[in-house]
Amino acid sequence: MSNVRVLVGTRKGAFILTADGKRDKWDVSGPHFAGWEMYHLKGSPVDPNRIYASQTSGWFGQIIQRSDDGGKTWHQPGTPPGEPTNTPDGMPKGESNKFAYDAAAKPLTTHQWYDGTQHPWEFKRVWHLEPSLTDADTVYAGVEDAAIFRSTDGGQNWKELSGLRGHGTGPNWQPGAGGMCLHTIILDPSNPKRIWIAISAAGAFRTDDGGETWKPINRGLRSQYIPDPNAEVGHCVHHVAMNPKRPGVLFMQKHWDVMRSDDAGDNWKEVSGNLPTDFGFVIDVHAHEPETIYVLPIKSDSEHFVHEGKLRVFRSKSGGNEWEALTKGLPQKDCYVNVLRDAMAVDTLDKCGVYFGTTGGQVYCSNDAGDSWNAIVRDLPSVLSVEVQTLP
Amino acid sequence: MIRVMLPFHLRNLAHVGAEVSLEVAAPVTQRAVLDALEARYPMLHGAIRDHDTKQRRPFLRFFACEEDLSHESPDAPLPADVASGKEPFMVIGAIAGG
Repeated sequence: MSNVRVLVGTRKGAFILTADGKRDKWDVSGPHFAGWEMYHLKGSPVDPNRIYASQTSGWFGQIIQRSDDGGKTWHQPGTPPGEPTNTPDGMPKGESNKFAYDAAAKPLTTHQWYDGTQHPWEFKRVWHLEPSLTDADTVYAGVEDAAIFRSTDGGQNWKELSGLRGHGTGPNWQPGAGGMCLHTIILDPSNPKRIWIAISAAGAFRTDDGGETWKPINRGLRSQYIPDPNAEVGHCVHHVAMNPKRPGVLFMQKHWDVMRSDDAGDNWKEVSGNLPTDFGFVIDVHAHEPETIYVLPIKSDSEHFVHEGKLRVFRSKSGGNEWEALTKGLPQKDCYVNVLRDAMAVDTLDKCGVYFGTTGGQVYCSNDAGDSWNAIVRDLPSVLSVEVQTLP
Repeated sequence: MIRVMLPFHLRNLAHVGAEVSLEVAAPVTQRAVLDALEARYPMLHGAIRDHDTKQRRPFLRFFACEEDLSHESPDAPLPADVASGKEPFMVIGAIAGG
């Protein structure tokens, strides 16, 4: 029988939750990296025991951790302890936590600050790690201030794909409340040259040449918090999801509005339909039913908690517009948690499992595609991210 | 030998106890001590000072001999008691956050 391994990043460490395919009895391991903000952990599709993790701290900065044994042990890829950090000819060896912006990227050097003035790019942390679909040593990192980096040596060295920052709209990008973060990276299984990314608050972008050049793909998005609501960039996209079996059909939870695109992001249309509120962070797609999507509405941008004190996942089986509330097993009164943008995931078992983690420290699992829910754990630190691996 | 005391999280990163000892050639300065520390424990690169500018990270402080040396020149000699190994050079995390 297959197993699942849920990788949970929290504000005070990482946790690994494992179960067999029934997904009703769980083992909990952790905290790993206790006391650190663990923004994201994700396993390689090529080698599931290879897991990358973003460990970060306001005091000590960014650390990249890697496990090669499914999360039992971890190390920082890079120069081993006690070895010189320079090669004999003076070149620096791997420094896995070094994310240096490409200073040659033109014409872009600044972005918009909260007060509308221009501000230089400053690295703060890695929000999202996306391992390659074909090579366990290749992994992408989405960072704050927004940029995308790639490592091809297992996380030892990172190089910016600076065409994203360099294409010219950067001065109109601006930070949201969480900072100016690149939080979504989607690799196209049908086209290794195509990658989608999303930035708060700039919008969605796509490359069709492996990361050399990028273009904004925000036509159809409308945002009242920017001077031109239909602008090419400046939209606060919270998350984008795609069923890998249907590349090019994208679902987006924007700051406000749930959107879909059927042409790889070239055009978007709103599918918020009958949702009680279309503000939210997470969105995900059923592993086997590409028109079945999940969101978790949050009351508003001023009140970052669920609507009416009820924790409800909403599911659409028609690709949007018509939504049903999923409540069985979830608290339906006095609940005021948030669910952050990278904190929902689906497994690929026959009966698709759906998972999400809350700022209140609960991680919920549905082993029946959302019909019912159980808390795997209830009292973790505030959850930042949830990923799941389906293991043979 | 120069004694360096590290905060909890840096000890864990470097897999060491609260204090490490380092060989540092004279003159013993903040820069020389941190260079030696990072050379011995490369996983601390970037966790105390910026990779490129070598500026102290904002939420860290350097104390020794009951003095705050955070704002001293990185090339100023450290107190004689640090250079002799009598007193440790302390890397401290600022009291901030939760």
